[in-house]
Amino acid sequence: MDNLNLGQHISRRYNEELEDVRNRVLAMGGLVEQQLLNAMEALENKDASLAQQVIANDLQVNAMEVAIDEECNTILARRQPAASDLRLVTAVIKTITDLERIGDEAERIARMAYDLADEERVNRLFTQIHHLGQHARVLLRGALDAFAHLDTEKAVATWNEDRKVDREYEALLRELMTYMMQDADSIPFVLKAIFAARAIERIGDRAGNICEYVIYLVKGKDVRHTRLLEDGVPGDD
Amino acid sequence: MSTDMKQTHGIDPDVIPRSLESSNLSDEDHCIRVRNLNLYYGETQALKNISMDIARRRVTAFIGPSGCGKSTLLRCFNRMNDLVGSVRIDGSIELDGEEINAKSVQVAQLRQRVGMVFQKPNPFPKSIYENVAYGLRLQGVKSRRTLDDIIEKALRGAALWDEVKDRLHDNALGMSGGQQQRLVIARAIAVEQEVLLLNEPASALDPISTLKIEELIDELKDKYTIIIVTHNMQQAARVSDYTAFMYLGKLIEYGATNKIFTNPGEKMTEDYVTGRYG
Repeated sequence: MDNLNLGQHISRRYNEELEDVRNRVLAMGGLVEQQLLNAMEALENKDASLAQQVIANDLQVNAMEVAIDEECNTILARRQPAASDLRLVTAVIKTITDLERIGDEAERIARMAYDLADEERVNRLFTQIHHLGQHARVLLRGALDAFAHLDTEKAVATWNEDRKVDREYEALLRELMTYMMQDADSIPFVLKAIFAARAIERIGDRAGNICEYVIYLVKGKDVRHTRLLEDGVPGDD
Repeated sequence: MSTDMKQTHGIDPDVIPRSLESSNLSDEDHCIRVRNLNLYYGETQALKNISMDIARRRVTAFIGPSGCGKSTLLRCFNRMNDLVGSVRIDGSIELDGEEINAKSVQVAQLRQRVGMVFQKPNPFPKSIYENVAYGLRLQGVKSRRTLDDIIEKALRGAALWDEVKDRLHDNALGMSGGQQQRLVIARAIAVEQEVLLLNEPASALDPISTLKIEELIDELKDKYTIIIVTHNMQQAARVSDYTAFMYLGKLIEYGATNKIFTNPGEKMTEDYVTGRYG
């Protein structure tokens, strides 16, 4: 985080506040990542108790969002941050919203895992969902790394990687549809698999959003709703 | 169809949807044009090769640490530095295309077009009415009715009328600091100056009076070109359209206020507006 020079404010207390809010986002990111990992593991191993644990832990993710939000509001009210400090605070507010939603998606996957724990039909669908989940985890890790190190290259690479997850998800959907067409009895089961896959795909999208906030934070450029990141890190002008 | 969709949403995915720079200085009508301005106090150079255009009917803020030359630059615009003995100036300052340092320019006439409001309110020890009438009387306005009209208009313009209309003939020194400062502004706008130079106009005022002055600045910019020097960065961010950051006599960065306070181009500007060591 050296390139943000958080330690150089004239007010030492202000330094600490910005450092603290940033560290809390990283801690929240770590927790969310763990939640996703556990949810996927619960799904894979039909582990109902692990699934329950993920569902319970989501409350902690929610509490972190509220606490960080409050801290950001305090900084805005008391410090009137400008320039990169202002961009840090706005990027944090947006990032934690996406992290909280990723937490919700992990919880959703855990609920599917819980419901599917007694399901007899273990089949290769899980392998594919598992693969999609691995991919989403790599994206989330990439977004969090980019945020932690203000690494725009990493942010752009991760953002572009999300396209692959989207394509993988679409391929999986097509396959799941053929199951339903072949065997009407499988529909309730396959629907659950679709919801889980959908949740994973959304995690990739949200990781992509976080990458956009990192670009905004570092470069001061708002790249949302554009295709600018397809061409790499936006230059300075 | 897809083009229509884009237009309806106002966002074209291939371009940056919104620029941080809301307004562009080069598109503005320029009231003051400064070119290669250098100013020396004896051996010390206080302004170093300043070139800038000031937009007409906009608020331009000068910010920077103490001693950076922002007040000196402001004082150049109505030749207040003429009063300092050892000052030497080269370069050009044009007001509406006319060089203000030319021999042919009468300082008194220049100051009728370019007024200045100082940090400490400086009303004359006269009635409120006479304070505003002062410049008009100098201009030779004698008709009581004309004076009454202009004074009411000026006091309304300075957002002071409602507070003083029943005591126009009381001594101005009995007013609060914030009222005195608005009276000084009324005195300036009564003679229909086109440029108002405000040097720390709110630094001696309480927060509510400060907000009133800022509100007034916002109203006045429809008619006047306003340049404000302030130590209060939040104030510059609140009231100005353009901000110039100066450091050690140099103009470091000058551009739309939005950009200066969200994504400045220079490291020094960034350090200053975020409260880091320069």
